[in-house]
Amino acid sequence: MYSFVLKRLLATIPVLLVVAVLVFSLLRLTPGDPAAIMAGDAANAEQIERIRAGLGLDKPIVVQFSLWLARVARGDLGESFYFRIKVADLIGQRLEPTLALATLTILLAVLVSIPLGVAAAWRFGGWFDRALMGFSVMGFSVPVFVLAYLLIWLVSLKLGWLPVQGYRRLSEGLLPFLQHLILPAITLSVIYIALIARVTRASVLEALGEDYIRTARAKGLPEFHVLVRHALANAAVPIATVIGIGIAILIGGVVVTESVYAIPGLGRLTVDAVLARDFPTIQGVILFFSVVYVLVNLLIDISYVFLDPRIRY
Amino acid sequence: MRVLQSWSVRIGGAALLALLLIALAAPWLGTVDPTLFDAASRDLRPGEAGEITTLEGETLKHVFLMGSDSFGRDVYSRVVYGTRVSLLVGISAALLALAFGVILGLVAGYVRALDGPLMRVMDGIMAIPAILIAIALVALWRASLPTVIIAIAIPEIPRVTRLVRALTLSIREEPYVEAAVALGTPAGRIMLGHILPNTVAPLLVQATYTCAFAILLEAILSFLGVGLPPDIPTWGNIMAEGRVQFVAYPHNVFFPGIFLAVTVLAVNILGDGLRDTLDPKMAKRV
Repeated sequence: MYSFVLKRLLATIPVLLVVAVLVFSLLRLTPGDPAAIMAGDAANAEQIERIRAGLGLDKPIVVQFSLWLARVARGDLGESFYFRIKVADLIGQRLEPTLALATLTILLAVLVSIPLGVAAAWRFGGWFDRALMGFSVMGFSVPVFVLAYLLIWLVSLKLGWLPVQGYRRLSEGLLPFLQHLILPAITLSVIYIALIARVTRASVLEALGEDYIRTARAKGLPEFHVLVRHALANAAVPIATVIGIGIAILIGGVVVTESVYAIPGLGRLTVDAVLARDFPTIQGVILFFSVVYVLVNLLIDISYVFLDPRIRY
Repeated sequence: MRVLQSWSVRIGGAALLALLLIALAAPWLGTVDPTLFDAASRDLRPGEAGEITTLEGETLKHVFLMGSDSFGRDVYSRVVYGTRVSLLVGISAALLALAFGVILGLVAGYVRALDGPLMRVMDGIMAIPAILIAIALVALWRASLPTVIIAIAIPEIPRVTRLVRALTLSIREEPYVEAAVALGTPAGRIMLGHILPNTVAPLLVQATYTCAFAILLEAILSFLGVGLPPDIPTWGNIMAEGRVQFVAYPHNVFFPGIFLAVTVLAVNILGDGLRDTLDPKMAKRV
């Protein structure tokens, strides 16, 4: 098992390296002076000169890349020209709302989608199954910001149940924290629920066709037990996989959702940085999100060993 | 045709055809120039009558079917003309991603030496969330129609590449490919003449999904204010403009939102129908 974990860890290195090269070359692929682009539209000649020296633009491109990578590896993502602080600190400041939103969304999505998927597979072809599949196509198609405004209009404006926008830190109390976060999390979880429910349904359906299910039923086990302990347990690996892949959709959704609900997280930071053409911040945020995505999927790969005892590496 | 017997293909296809007609016939659907505005007709509710001033300075009576925005522009005209942009960006980006993905996938699947390096690069691109790649590229290049299309297509290339590579790897073992190799057919002709035609069905399915995703991504970019310039009527731009006044005038957000959702839904339903009829193996998987 340790050799498997080690092998997966090693396989992650080339992916991260390619990500680093891509993020690094973002600026180099653009026509124009990277130092001037990096400095933003408001910079003066002296500032541009300082950045030029910092980037090592007079050195060969390979040297530039290794210098940059060495700094990034130390956690130095440069300085934001718009916010005037270190990008790493900026990401740290904005992490809490995004982490809270993402955690609540994943929790919500998993708790809702897996029972739905199992129920649809159990009554395959029935009205519930069809309804869920219909909902899932809708879930993929309704854009997250359209859904966000629909929910704000209905829940906050018409019914007046929840605040329209904004964010409260957890330290300001659990209730206001959840009140501000629940609507964005519901918005964001819809597409995720559609995705996980579909895969849960397909995997459980496949498991239900196996001989051991017939045996379990023949033994007279309660249907719930058969569904959960036998069918769902054997569908765990594909479900875990799709949760991991869905993180990419989640990150995209965070960018949009935080903008609509005025949540001061990393997604909002990304949009602000792009609007201000603040390239050190853009680079930093992309790098951060991508590394998180790769690492989460690494953890999920490793979790297969625990989810499925048949897997022995 | 077996494909046309699927209700998903019929419904999705018909809806898409209707949208295409709306896009083409935009000037004759009771619209005015979507850039026209009139200070006297600001913030009208859907169905209210007002007036609009043409570029020649002529003032016309006009019924604002979907209301007007805070500049006094006709939301209906903007939404209808927005159909053009959405479909244009969606279809162009899908074709672009398809073109590059097919070439790279064929090469990766057929030329063994290039498989490893090419696919590592694709893994790297896929590790960066698509929306971030598109946002960063648009920010670098400044948004215009071609740059937005390219920026949306790039993150979609790896998915097509993976698909074509996987298909190529299995097709290259087929006897007719082996026969072609034995006859000394050049590699390029084998890839394009013998392998590519057999990937068409799954590619078509992938193309519809890519198109749906591209339409969504374009709207998101516009909505966030980093996409096409605000004077171009796109659904995302109309919504971005309308979000400021959302509490008082939700129609500015809802009408383009409905069009966007219906379009993406139509393309996705068409894709599901094509998948189920053309590619039963893929249908079983999802």
